[in-house]
Amino acid sequence: MDMTTLVLLLALFVLALFLGVELITKVPPTLHTPLMSGTNAISGITLVGALVAAGADSHNLLINALGFAAVVLATLNVVGGYLVTNRMLAMFKKKG
Amino acid sequence: MNISFVNLVYLLSAVLFILGIKGLTKPKTAVRGNTLSALAMLIAVAITLFDHHIVSFELIVLGMVLGAAVGALMAVKVQMTAMPQMVALLNGFGGGASFGLAASQYLLTLERTGFGGAPAEIIGVFFITATVLIGALTLSGSLVAFAKLQELISGKPIGFVGMKFLNGALFVAALALIALLCVNPDNQTLFWALAAVAIALGLTLVLPIGGADMPVVISLLNSYSGIAAAAAGFIMGNTVLIVTGSLVGASGIILTRIMCVAMNRSLTNVLFGVMGAGSGPAIDEDEFYAGKVKSAQPEEIAMILETASRVVIVPGFGMAMSQAQHAVRELADVLEGRGCEVEYAIHPVAGRMPGHMNVLLAEAEVPYDKLVEMDRINPTFDQTDVVIVIGANDVVNPMAREDKGSPIYGMPILNVDKAKTVVVIKRSLGSGFAGLPNPLFAKDNTLMVFGDGKKAVIDITASLDLAD
Repeated sequence: MDMTTLVLLLALFVLALFLGVELITKVPPTLHTPLMSGTNAISGITLVGALVAAGADSHNLLINALGFAAVVLATLNVVGGYLVTNRMLAMFKKKG
Repeated sequence: MNISFVNLVYLLSAVLFILGIKGLTKPKTAVRGNTLSALAMLIAVAITLFDHHIVSFELIVLGMVLGAAVGALMAVKVQMTAMPQMVALLNGFGGGASFGLAASQYLLTLERTGFGGAPAEIIGVFFITATVLIGALTLSGSLVAFAKLQELISGKPIGFVGMKFLNGALFVAALALIALLCVNPDNQTLFWALAAVAIALGLTLVLPIGGADMPVVISLLNSYSGIAAAAAGFIMGNTVLIVTGSLVGASGIILTRIMCVAMNRSLTNVLFGVMGAGSGPAIDEDEFYAGKVKSAQPEEIAMILETASRVVIVPGFGMAMSQAQHAVRELADVLEGRGCEVEYAIHPVAGRMPGHMNVLLAEAEVPYDKLVEMDRINPTFDQTDVVIVIGANDVVNPMAREDKGSPIYGMPILNVDKAKTVVVIKRSLGSGFAGLPNPLFAKDNTLMVFGDGKKAVIDITASLDLAD
């Protein structure tokens, strides 16, 4: 990675942090648990990187095992996180 | 596929993630928000599968099928009371995935080209090692948190007085190893030493933290899992990983801060304070409560409730333990049927994770507009006839307001003692997590109902039904 790319990516990182703070501050306490499980699912975005790692077709068993583990764990995070969040959110109802 | 096109699709996916999180700011739009965010994930994953670096699909398909099956099973089976464990475990998996990704990228680079000494490669090594540190400590720390919440190991703080020095030493060692690896990236021994130190650090950070401080730890690990994903994004030069990882990181940090404010403690104090200080002079509980505690039977409580026109229910971790949320709602139904106004007072740190009580009561179909936050419900207690405290202790302890010498002094509490009558449903007079007696139990307007929370509430409801 060259310096120009690094600086661009850092800018993206910092701006996204600020955006995150602005957005999340507005989430009401009632929704804090679904927020956590929902962001859990989102952090499974590592899957995107894990796919590239697992698909590299290396001859080194350890590399394949690590890539495979990353795919399994990230998918678990994504599928488990979204489903359980959906299950919780479906329970939140207004009166009547 | 063209790299610019892929990045445009990643941008679309990032926008959908942001709209998805925005949806979570209101209960009404939350389901749609979650769906949007899942759609964003689907798009990001789908476009990645076209990446030309991917040459074999066997491991990918196998891994995704396995992960999806286990994840779906967990999500469908888990009980609402076990949600803190589930979230702890998912945090750990997120950290573990980033760790696995970073380690495989490290070995892959060694195998293919090796690391040169160019600045670009040093930057690469730095982000790989940073991801390993954060990812591995999130993994091991979350597994300890899970074990504590699942009661596989004791929920009490585990450790020794000098533990923070060990933590400090491990942290310095990790930073030193990262620096060494940046200079000397081809040394695999250093790399695995770093992974080992990071895993050890996760263990020693979470082991000394007790059950009631779990909301802070889970929020913090949630943040770490996001930051680990963002760091992994720097390794891969992947924009969507960076954006979403930092959104999750920010979310966890905010929740951590809210939890700390609600306990009037700093993050440092939560993480390192418990094992250090011996908590003040011990108070003899028998003497403290002697002759002042009035206990009552469920029938007597029902008689008081008959004439009440406003009742506030204060749930705590004890309600989760005895699975009493449905019974509580049935009691509220009967009260409302008699024309009584019922609301629920939710302390931010009640339970074992942020929003824990809200989810349990939502499961019992309590409408969310009946769940009132601390700041809004506190002024209403002096117009409340009966407060029912079920399985909560430290969050209603008036010492936090009145006793300057008390360790919990200054913590915001629910001022239930201002109500005409306070009913406390509890197994015994035993102290809460803070290890303090609760003067509330000895007040003139307090009645204790000793026993299992669920059974007590059912008995009260039954007596109230008979009254008509």
